[in-house]
Amino acid sequence: MSKRLMSGNHAIGEAAVRAGCRFYFGYPITPQNEMTEYMARRLNEIEGGVFIQAESELAAINMVIGASMAGARVMTSSSSPGISLKQEGISFLCAMELPAVIVNMTRGGPGLGNIAPAQSDYFQATRGGGHGDYRTIVLAPSSVQELADLTMEAFNLADKYRIPTVILGDGMLGQMMEPVEFPDGEMQKPPPKDWTITGARGRPSRFIRSLLLDPAVEEEHNWKLARKYERIAAKEVRYEAYRLEDAKMVVVSFGTAARIAKGAIKRLREQGLKVGLLRPITLWPFPEIVLKDLAKRIGHFLVYEMNAGQMVEDVRLALEGRAEIFFYGRPGGVVITPLEMSRVITSKYYQKGLG
Amino acid sequence: MGFQKVFGRPRALKDAPFHYCPGCGHSIIHRLIAEVIDEMGLQEKAIGVPPAGCAVLAYYYFDIDMGEAPHGRGAALATGLKRVLPDRLVFTYQGDGDIAAIGTAETIHAANRGERITVIFVNNGVYGMTGGQMAPTTVLGQETTTSPGGRERIRDGFPLNLSEMLALTKGSAYIERTAVNNPKNIMKTKKAIEKAFRVQIEGLGFSLVEVLSPCPTNLKLRPVEAWRWVEENMMDVFPLGVIKDVQRD
Repeated sequence: MSKRLMSGNHAIGEAAVRAGCRFYFGYPITPQNEMTEYMARRLNEIEGGVFIQAESELAAINMVIGASMAGARVMTSSSSPGISLKQEGISFLCAMELPAVIVNMTRGGPGLGNIAPAQSDYFQATRGGGHGDYRTIVLAPSSVQELADLTMEAFNLADKYRIPTVILGDGMLGQMMEPVEFPDGEMQKPPPKDWTITGARGRPSRFIRSLLLDPAVEEEHNWKLARKYERIAAKEVRYEAYRLEDAKMVVVSFGTAARIAKGAIKRLREQGLKVGLLRPITLWPFPEIVLKDLAKRIGHFLVYEMNAGQMVEDVRLALEGRAEIFFYGRPGGVVITPLEMSRVITSKYYQKGLG
Repeated sequence: MGFQKVFGRPRALKDAPFHYCPGCGHSIIHRLIAEVIDEMGLQEKAIGVPPAGCAVLAYYYFDIDMGEAPHGRGAALATGLKRVLPDRLVFTYQGDGDIAAIGTAETIHAANRGERITVIFVNNGVYGMTGGQMAPTTVLGQETTTSPGGRERIRDGFPLNLSEMLALTKGSAYIERTAVNNPKNIMKTKKAIEKAFRVQIEGLGFSLVEVLSPCPTNLKLRPVEAWRWVEENMMDVFPLGVIKDVQRD
């Protein structure tokens, strides 16, 4: 393995190609254009690679649906307003149990908002986002290396569970450059799939649809999906625990915010404050059991997000009043420094008499 | 005395009765597509994309692989399928609301990219499944549930000639408008579908057959009257014939 210096957007593209993704459909939107451009160049070099700049995000996600029906590993990427447009297609992907990887390099919102790093799409990503009763797996990396690793993992999870998997980043993660390593060896090939529509050669014809007019059939389909989501929730929770062993206060943050919080915690540990970090890597499924366990010995949780308070609801649901929860949010694309964050933590820490 | 079977169900159709209303053109058009698939030996290679609308259940009838599209997105979904499986025959089956209103962008850009897909565009001038609302192809004066008193140009705008628009794109190779109002036109429709599939297989570009078809239920007319209504009210707005053929032009 050799290290390369890459931007997050390029690292996702390269990781996708190494995971066997040969089909990418996208539409320009800042701050993820470098990924679209990388895929245009990279897939053009590879035999069998197909890149289409679609006429809209709607068209792109529907091209994803078609390619996924045909059995391909396929990806699209966009940013907040574009992800809103893709939601119809994501609902269909879930309903038809089609694997796909969807990257959201979130920007400040609502509306056009701005192109600064934000975490304002947490609700949209973790609650399904489109219409209907469904979930997607949501992965929240916090470094370029993790963007690469989780992109490859996203394709495996998507195929394993036949579910769209969302990578939730932001413009900072997408555009910053860090050293990144890719595993040596052959590029992956998509696993064989026995449900695709490829022309009914030597087998009975198949169809893939989401229209289930009979409520009893639709209900059974919904329960089938719900059981799948339960399996995912039981098996696929990922998180990072940092300095929690003796912590009196836990900061809960994901993605870019977690990096900032970690920097703050390193600084505070040097000053003797017993603070740790819980960083959910899967935002759905959410590491609620981990939080419940922590609440057995820790009474104070500080949730820091780059939005006006979204993941904090999941923390409340997980803790069910077992501990005191504080929220610190900076919406609109504001990125604070670890020093500023350390002041926020310090003031709560001493207010609560933990020092 | 031996009997010879001269007419039967095409292999590409399942043994299932159509749910379509009496006098509706969908059943005829389904059968024509299935006959062409049989005659061209494409049953194991064809992939159909049904729309939202009356024809959404087409996968109950066609004995080929099918993948349902969200409303209007057939051309984009078919693009994804075809790019992964370039040697298969990929066609969409879409109504006028699906293709000429909500799916206009997807259709125009698939045509302009010259996607090697075929679109069967069934134009009956009305949203059938939702109960007879005004379609992009509803003709002026036509009464629908959302054009009370008849489609009126200032209030409702004009019927859209999508096929002529698509012919302007450089990527479209073959576009023909037909009807299934009489045996002669039914045979012409079958020929047009066959030609459109050949154009796709030969890699010439995007192909589309628009088929004028009656919706007796929403026109509130008997089947024979509905056929006559299509002839008298739709055919001057949507003239039949080959609109574009890169092999001929």
